[in-house]
Amino acid sequence: MNRYPLWKNLLIALVLIFGFIYTLPNFYGEVPAVQVSSGKATLKLEPAQVEARVAEILSAAKLPHTGIFSDANSVRARFETTDLQLQGKDAIERGLNPNAADPSYVVALNLLSASPNWLTSIGALPMYLGLDLRGGVHFLLEVDMDGALTKRMDATAGDLRTLLRDKDVRHSGIRRISNAVEIRFRDTDVREAGRKAILASTADLLLVDRDEDGQASLTATLTPQAAKTLQEFAIKQNITTLHNRINELGVAEPVIQQQGANRIVVQLPGVQDVAKAKDILGRTATLEVRMVDDTAGRLEEAMAGRVPFGTELYTERGGSPLLVKKQVVLTGERLTDAQPGFDGQTQEPAVHLTLDSAGARIFRDVTRENVNKRMAILLIEKGKGEVITAPVIRGEIAGGRVQISGRMSTQEATDVALLLRAGSLAAPMEIIEERTVGPSLGAENIEKGFNSTLWGFVAIAVFMIAYYALFGLVSVLALSANLLLLVALLSLLQATLTLPGIAAIALTLGMAIDANVLINERIREELRNGSSPQAAITAGYDRAFDTILDSNVTTLIAGIALLVFGSGPVRGFAVVHCLGIMTSMFSAILVSRALVNLVYGRRRKVAALSIGQVWKPSNN
Amino acid sequence: MEFFRIKNDIPFMKHALVFNIISFITFALAVLFLLTRGLNLSVEFTGGTLLEVNYAEAPQVQLIRDALGEGGYPDAQVQNFGSARDILIRLPNKDGLDSNRVSEKVLGMLATVDGPKGEMRRVEFVGPQVGKELAADGGMALLLVVIGIMIYLALRFEWRFAISAIIANLHDVIIILGFFAFFQWEFSLAVLAAVLAVLGYSVNESVVVFDRVRETFKKKRAMSTPDVLNHAITRTISRTVITHGSTQVMVLSMLLFGGETLYYFALALTIGILFGIYSSVLVASPLVMWLGVSREQFIQPKKTKEEAVV
Repeated sequence: MNRYPLWKNLLIALVLIFGFIYTLPNFYGEVPAVQVSSGKATLKLEPAQVEARVAEILSAAKLPHTGIFSDANSVRARFETTDLQLQGKDAIERGLNPNAADPSYVVALNLLSASPNWLTSIGALPMYLGLDLRGGVHFLLEVDMDGALTKRMDATAGDLRTLLRDKDVRHSGIRRISNAVEIRFRDTDVREAGRKAILASTADLLLVDRDEDGQASLTATLTPQAAKTLQEFAIKQNITTLHNRINELGVAEPVIQQQGANRIVVQLPGVQDVAKAKDILGRTATLEVRMVDDTAGRLEEAMAGRVPFGTELYTERGGSPLLVKKQVVLTGERLTDAQPGFDGQTQEPAVHLTLDSAGARIFRDVTRENVNKRMAILLIEKGKGEVITAPVIRGEIAGGRVQISGRMSTQEATDVALLLRAGSLAAPMEIIEERTVGPSLGAENIEKGFNSTLWGFVAIAVFMIAYYALFGLVSVLALSANLLLLVALLSLLQATLTLPGIAAIALTLGMAIDANVLINERIREELRNGSSPQAAITAGYDRAFDTILDSNVTTLIAGIALLVFGSGPVRGFAVVHCLGIMTSMFSAILVSRALVNLVYGRRRKVAALSIGQVWKPSNN
Repeated sequence: MEFFRIKNDIPFMKHALVFNIISFITFALAVLFLLTRGLNLSVEFTGGTLLEVNYAEAPQVQLIRDALGEGGYPDAQVQNFGSARDILIRLPNKDGLDSNRVSEKVLGMLATVDGPKGEMRRVEFVGPQVGKELAADGGMALLLVVIGIMIYLALRFEWRFAISAIIANLHDVIIILGFFAFFQWEFSLAVLAAVLAVLGYSVNESVVVFDRVRETFKKKRAMSTPDVLNHAITRTISRTVITHGSTQVMVLSMLLFGGETLYYFALALTIGILFGIYSSVLVASPLVMWLGVSREQFIQPKKTKEEAVV
C-alpha cells in the first residue's frame, strides 16, 4: 500500500536529476576570460561576426582558448590561465582595433564560469551573485523629470511663437510659467483663431481659456499622454546613454535597468574606482550639425593625409570617408526631439527632428543657402566625433521640423533617433543611492553565509538522525534535496543571490524541517495509538499534509508581501524565501515519501518502523 | 529518544489569564520603549552616508574625527566597528551639500590622515527621497501580510482564528521592535525582512495548533472547548519544540558565523521565534476560546451536506 506508481517515482527522479544538473555549474568556479564589447555609441556589436573574428585572431596568434561565447552586447573568450588571458587580450585588441587611438571595441579582462560547454549550452549557469558578494558599485539614479518637462515647455513656447507668426495670428505675449505656457491675446476672437491654429498643428497640448482683468489668454499644458511619452523617452534615452558610457569602463557584466517611473539602477560588479565611475556616468555627449565639404578633389587630398585647413576627416556609418567643415552650424541644445517614423509620401523609414525656435531660424537660413549640399550630424563624446548621419539638403526647411530619410531601415531610423536624443535632450540625473562593497568584504560575506548554512545544516542533520533514526535520515535527505532544488532554481532563474539571500536559504532549511517533524510526529502518534506500521505511514503523511499546506501558505503570503514591497536587501531575501517554500513543499512531502516507500513499501510484513523510540503511556 | 512523555493533557487554559497578563505587560513595555527611546534606524531609512574602512593597524579615531571636522563634516560620527581596526563613519544628509560626492571627499580626507592607511570596505549613500519610501514600503508590506494572512485563515478556518492569530503575532512584532528600541540595536532593512518573516513564521505555529483544534472538535464530541484546546496544544507540543529548535539552530549558526551583516537579522529572528512559540500557543489559543469558538462552528455545515446526500 505504501508504493508510489512508477510515473510518480520517475517524476521525482527527473526533478532531482534536473536539480543536480542545474546545480553543477556552481561547483566549477571561474576561469579567466576576455570580453569584447562595443566601444562606440554609433557601433552596434554583431555577436556572430565578432565571435568569428575573435576565433580567427586567436587561431592566427596560436593562442588556445576553451570556448567563445556571445550574447546581445558582448563576446567572451575563455582561457585556461591568466597568462594566456593577457596574451589573448593583447592579440584581440590589436586585431579588432587597428587604430589604437580610436578603438571601435572595448576589450576587457573578465571571469567566466569554468563549467563545461554542454552545461552552458543548456542554460545551466552558476548563481548570479549580488554586489555584496562579489564587490562592486551600485547606483540608483533619479531622472529629473521636472527638468525635462521645463525644457520641453521652453521649446514649446518658442514653437508656438513661430506657429502663430506663420499663421498670422497676433498675440500679445507668450511665456512659460512653471510647466505651462501662457499665450495672451487682444480679444477672444483672436484667441479662437489662435486655438484653432495650435490644435491644427499639435495634439500634445491641452488648452484652457483664461480671462483675467479683461485679458484673454490661453494656458497650454502637455496632455497627460504627451507628458508620459516625454517621461518614457527621457528615461529610455538616459539608459541608452548610460549603456554607451559604461561600455567604455569595460565592466564585465554591468546591470542598467529602469526601476519605477523615473529611476535607473546601475550596477558595476568589480568596479572599485567610484570617482571614475561617477565621472563617466555624469558626462554628457553633445550633438553638432556641420556642413560637409564637397569641393571636388578635397576629399582625395584629405585621404592622402593632407587634410585641408578648416575641415576634419570622418568616416560615415557605412564606412565611406567624409570631409566635414569644422565650423559648427547648430549644437544639440537646439534640438528638442528626435523620433523615428516614416516619410509622409514615400513611406520610407525616416527620423523626425524638432528644433527650438532659434534653431529653426538658423536651420532655415542654412538650408536655403545650401540646397543640394550635404550636412553632417555628429555625436561628440570624449572629445571625439562620430558621424551619425550625413543627409543631402533637398530644399529650404523652415518651421524647425526636419526629416531625415533615405536608405535607412526601420531599425536604423530608431537607432539614429536614439543617438540624436542621447546628444541632446538628456534629462539631468542625480545619484540618490550608492552602495560600494570592496572585493575582500564580498569574499568574506560568501564565506560567512556559507558557513552559517553549513553548520546549521550539520547540527539539524545530527539531531534528526539521532531523534528519528531512519526517518530522521530520510528527513535529512529530503532537506538535502530541498537545498539542491533551491540552488538549481536560483541558478536557472539567474536571480541575484545576496547575503540576505543566503540567510534566506539557511532560514528556509531551518523552517523546511518543520514539515518532516510534523510527519514524523504524526507517524509516532499513530504507532502510539496502536496502528500497524504501514497504516501509520499512510495516516501520518495524509494527516500532516493539511497542516503543512496551511503553514506554508501563510509563510508564502509573508514572502510575497516582501517581494512586492521590498527593495534591495529585502527583495534578495524574499526571492529566495518564496522559492524555498515551494521547493520545501515538494521535497518534504514527495521526496521523503518516495524514500520511505522505497524502504518499507515493498515489504509484505513490517514488524516495526525505525523512527526512534516511541513512548507509550503505560495505562493506555 | 522521545523527549515528551506526557500522559494527560496539560491544563494550559486554566492559566490562560496569567499567560495573557504576562504577554500584555511585555507588550506594554515594548510600546513604552518604542515611544520613549525610538528605533535606531539605519542609514537606509534615515538617508545619509556610511563608510566602513579597514586598517592594517588600529588608527586613532580622534585624528580621523578632526580631519573630517576640518574638511567640513563636523557632524560626522566616527566609531570602531567590530574591532579596533575597523572604522565606521556616518554622515547625515545635509541640504545644499553635493551629496553625490560625499563618499569620495571623505575617502580623500582619510588618505591625508597620519598613521596607517585604510582600505575601503563598504560605502552606502542613501538620498533623502529614498529613506521615506523605504519606510512607507515597509509599512505597506506589513499591512499586506496582515490582511493576506487574516483572509486566508478566515477562509480556511474561522474568523475567530484569524483575529486571534493576528493579534498574537502582531504583538510579537511589537515586542521585537521593543527589544530593538530598548537596546538601541540598529534597525536596518534586513531586520525589517526578518520581522516580516517572523510574522509569517509564527502564524504558521498558530496554524498547526488550530489545525489540531479543528480536528479534535470533529473527533471528540464529549470534550469541552478548553479541553479541546488543551488537548491540541499538548499533542503538538513535541513538534512545536523540535521544529522551533531546528529553526533556532540555523539562526544560531547565523548569529555565530554570519558576521556583522547577519547579526541583527539573526537576533530579530531569535526573539521572534521565542516569543512566537509563546504567543501563538499560549496567547492565540485563549483568545480563540474567549472569542467563543465552539464545536458547532465546525460540525454543522458537514451535517447539512450529509442530509442532502440522503
